Amino acid sequence: MSDTLLFALEAAANGLTAGVMYALVALGFVLIFKASGIFNFSQGVMALFAALTLVGLQSGQIPFSHLINAIFGTRLHYFGWSLPTLVAIAGTVLVMVAFAWLVERYIFRHLVNQEPIILFMATIGLAYFLEGFGDLMWGAEVKRLDVGIPQGMSLAVDEATFNWFGYGFYMDTLELWAALIAAILVAGLVIFSQYTKQGRALRAVADDHQAALSVGISLRFIWVMVWTLAGIVALVAGMMWGAKSGVQFSLSLIALKALPVLILGGFTSIPGAIVGGLIIGVGEKLFDFFMGPLIGGATENWFAYMLALVFLLFRPQGLFGEKIIERV
Amino acid sequence: MLYREAGDFKTSYTSDNQTFPIRFDRYGYFFVLGVAFLIMPLILNDYWTNALVVPFLIYTIAALGLNILIGYCGQLSLGTGGFMAVGAYASYKLMTGFPDLNIIFVILLSGFITAGVGVLFGLPSLRIKGFYLAVATLAAQFFLIWLFTRTPWFFNYSPTGMISAPTRTVFGVPVTGASASAVSMYMICLVFLVALAWLARNLTRGTLGRQWMAIRDMDIAAEIIGVNPLWSKLTAFAVSSFYIGIAGALLFTVYLGAAEAGEAFGIDKSFLVLFMVIIGGLGSIFGAFAGAFFLIAGPVLLKIMLVDNLGWATDLAAHIEIMIIGALIIITLILEPHGIAALWRTIKEKLRLWPFPY
Repeated sequence: MSDTLLFALEAAANGLTAGVMYALVALGFVLIFKASGIFNFSQGVMALFAALTLVGLQSGQIPFSHLINAIFGTRLHYFGWSLPTLVAIAGTVLVMVAFAWLVERYIFRHLVNQEPIILFMATIGLAYFLEGFGDLMWGAEVKRLDVGIPQGMSLAVDEATFNWFGYGFYMDTLELWAALIAAILVAGLVIFSQYTKQGRALRAVADDHQAALSVGISLRFIWVMVWTLAGIVALVAGMMWGAKSGVQFSLSLIALKALPVLILGGFTSIPGAIVGGLIIGVGEKLFDFFMGPLIGGATENWFAYMLALVFLLFRPQGLFGEKIIERV
Repeated sequence: MLYREAGDFKTSYTSDNQTFPIRFDRYGYFFVLGVAFLIMPLILNDYWTNALVVPFLIYTIAALGLNILIGYCGQLSLGTGGFMAVGAYASYKLMTGFPDLNIIFVILLSGFITAGVGVLFGLPSLRIKGFYLAVATLAAQFFLIWLFTRTPWFFNYSPTGMISAPTRTVFGVPVTGASASAVSMYMICLVFLVALAWLARNLTRGTLGRQWMAIRDMDIAAEIIGVNPLWSKLTAFAVSSFYIGIAGALLFTVYLGAAEAGEAFGIDKSFLVLFMVIIGGLGSIFGAFAGAFFLIAGPVLLKIMLVDNLGWATDLAAHIEIMIIGALIIITLILEPHGIAALWRTIKEKLRLWPFPY
């Protein structure tokens, strides 16, 4: 095989794993959009907040220590313990449940029956609030997140591809793990929504709010549940991205990367989020590989959006989205 | 002289159709104009001009533009930062390419160039709607910023990648560059703002504005009654981008003086202007002013309070600031989804009936 083809294959394989990461974020969007029609812009910041909380709990940081220090002139920073990863994850899940409840109780309960654009704006406001709150609570410096997943070049992949093609591919072990975990997460979500009582209720609400209400499904409970699920998805995404590149503000920008994924896959489709993520991941890596050197590099910043834009012109509802029917 | 129609007799159609039909409003408007043009230049000092007044004027222009697109025509756009960058880079290229061209024309031409780019990115709006369109405009944002940081022609091959505004004068008074005084900066922004606000007000109550609003309220129905969606959507994109381009050009030439695309015109600028439009009130000219004032003055006041008075660290104050902005957006949406402008309208209604509300 020619070298270019091999390099392209390697780029595509890396794109696949990156695509899984995008899909993870997009998944949280889809969950909330399906169940409540809210386009949740704060998904990326939720991932950041979850990752910050995880690191904070793990390393025993004192919440709001900067604020306390500023007001009382103390010098508090750490409790001086460190929690095992699993306990910290459980604690973070609890925090995300509380967050979901608060969001439902204090924001979206008051915004029932508003236009979608107003709800969208409210989630942008929420994103700002949560970003400031997270930084205030845990400090804004870049943190290392170590959840015990091995990192660095995957030797197994290197060896296997070397035996096949005579050229070892470089792939990050962490990203392979992320792909695996994402697969488990999606499988879990599918099983949950297909085979449990709450999952059924969730699908009923997604189908038709009023019909679901009239058969006695509590909308509020479902909304809290869905925001919790989105919080857990955000936690997983935050863990993976945080372990990869440190927990910092830029983590919240992955939400923007998830938007074209959503457009490709359609706002209401879980498989769409996955397929869209993979297409974007592979597409932007290959485009950068072939076209990047010609037009100045760093095309990853915009390629996904342009792809989504061109795609939209031909199929406005996305790959798997429901057909948009308009009536006058 | 109270706020009411009684006793204010109209004798011609022109006077019946005027922008401020109530005498109190009319005099208030002239009063504000008088203060802005005659008194403000005397009392402004450098700090307040730079921290508050000039950014307020410039962002109001941007908010007016975005309000035309979102509030009047109903097309959600997140590409404001990118279009402001187009205005800034266009003015830079014009200023360095044609040194003799007056700065006023440079800024106006930048507006027209941005309008062209806006129409180009507005084309998808004919097929895409709502959130899908918002994401499509994000493509404009990221692509334009990438273009300006990666193509050396746009920043005249300067090694830092920055663009910086040379000194230009209006009637012999420098308005851009390091030697421009606070008052001259203030005056040029004010002139542009007043002219553009007047234009926006009259556009939106004329044929074009009504077509935009018909498209906003229901595009299919509008099409059936004979509004051409191609024409009205693209004009909305063009006019909106024209305003935003002028705001970008003013921001760069007059206010910043030197800029780098990714830093000065990033996605956060798009959101900032969007917030101004929402908090101020969608579909209202006054709303653009109120929203811009709120979001420019709020952080300045918070900073004065927390950093200067309480002596907290700047980063801590910055965190609290974005928390408060986020909370304010949510609270505004819950209490008054139509923004400060709706609040203002309610107050005016109440005033009209006062003191006998029954």
